[in-house]
Amino acid sequence: MATTPTREVAQRVFAREFNDASYTFKESDDDRAPVYVLLPTGQRANRVFLVGTLTETEDVGEDSEYWQGRVVDPNGDTFFMYAGQYQPDAASMLRELEPPAYVAVVGKPRTYETDEGDVNVSVRPESISQVDEATRDRWVVEAAERTLDRIRRFNGADPEDPDIDEYVAMAHEEYGDDVEPYRQSVVGALESMEDTAEASAD
Amino acid sequence: MSETDLRTHAEEIHEQFSGQLDIDVDDVEERLDTLVNEYKVPASEARRSVVNTYLDEAGMDRDQLGGGGGGNEQVDLADVDAPEEWVDVRATVVELWDPRADAVAQVGLLGDETGTIKFTKWSKSDLPELEEGTSYSLRNVVTDEYQGRFSVKLNRTTTIEELDEQIEVGSDSVEVEGALVDIQSGSGLIKRCPEDECTRVLQNGRCSEHGEVEGEFDLRIKGVLDDGEEVTEVIFDEEATEELTGIALEEAKEMAMDALDTTVVADEMRADILGRYYSVTGPTFGRYVLADEQEQLTGTVDADELLIKARSI
Repeated sequence: MATTPTREVAQRVFAREFNDASYTFKESDDDRAPVYVLLPTGQRANRVFLVGTLTETEDVGEDSEYWQGRVVDPNGDTFFMYAGQYQPDAASMLRELEPPAYVAVVGKPRTYETDEGDVNVSVRPESISQVDEATRDRWVVEAAERTLDRIRRFNGADPEDPDIDEYVAMAHEEYGDDVEPYRQSVVGALESMEDTAEASAD
Repeated sequence: MSETDLRTHAEEIHEQFSGQLDIDVDDVEERLDTLVNEYKVPASEARRSVVNTYLDEAGMDRDQLGGGGGGNEQVDLADVDAPEEWVDVRATVVELWDPRADAVAQVGLLGDETGTIKFTKWSKSDLPELEEGTSYSLRNVVTDEYQGRFSVKLNRTTTIEELDEQIEVGSDSVEVEGALVDIQSGSGLIKRCPEDECTRVLQNGRCSEHGEVEGEFDLRIKGVLDDGEEVTEVIFDEEATEELTGIALEEAKEMAMDALDTTVVADEMRADILGRYYSVTGPTFGRYVLADEQEQLTGTVDADELLIKARSI
């Protein structure tokens, strides 16, 4: 059945995979068509939701304020976010928050090519809010679950199969067949949860 | 979903493909059973999925499908979400209302396990009388929408068949879970038009119907829940908003008065609830879920099982 066009789902992804998602594309020629980054496990992302530890904020702007925030996931990998005058709410959160703090961030993936030709992936936040540890823990498990689902789908697909999911096929083509680092980030994130559970049980 | 229902679906699918594909009813039923009972997929979606599988196998398009099920998709009433779709429904007549126009033969409410929907039967369609409390299979009805509410219209081509079984009528409440990823404009402390039965939200002190009016304060949140696979728009009314944010209407008015600005209320609410996980239960209205009950999900989540899975890949 036809449904009204809805907003894009926010993907759950750990920083290691997110930072590798350097390939971007559009689904139509329209100037205002959404830009997607392609996650290496074969999913397009136009929005992400992440919860982690804000470890550092810095105004890196020259003429006007331009705030950089570093948010670290349980594996110690970092999401970079940038908010300036067009993201006033997020910018003021980055200005006011005192690291370290757990933050929940909704935002758009953005890529930037450096002078050396590397592609950096960052988040342009739509909103940043300070949250508690329980919310962080829930996100970690959720991101692990979603990532594992993507890995299983990726591994279960045959790149030669003409009916393969188009984003899985695209990921094979753009990034190759190795998704093992992302499985390791799932294991690492979940193990860190076990450690905290054991520590608090002692 | 009972086994006889699955069997009926399986037989209809089998009939749709007869002549195109040599399929076994038991095989169809088994596939449906797996989806419905193992994966907890709604029957309509399971049916769709199984039909698609066979379409792929036969290299056919959906349009080419035989008329075994009337050619339409049999839908759950709660899944009606677009106007002008031709669908089949199986439902009980919950209520009959008095028709207000001669053109209308019968009007009332249909219900199935998933919810209820208004129906209209035109006089000129010359269809048999529906009776309150009786369950029917209605084939070839057309969906319609008015101000976000959906209905179905019976027409000349509709076939009505009384069912032996009684279709139970469920509430149209749904439960959604996810992270609150957005609070939309028009949230927080708002003003509504005070005219009788208007209640429209004012924009800059103006009602789109009654012009400039002295508005009445109200609290509301239009939020977006996102579980990583689906987004759902949720409306919290005054009571739900207070429960969610701890901010009552009087307090919100004071906050706005102190700041000489109503937007401080929504800002404060954002800081309290954005980025947290919630479970919300309530009826659907158009594309919205109207929150009856809401709860922040704060309990510990079990990572063990997932870790075993992750290690075993």
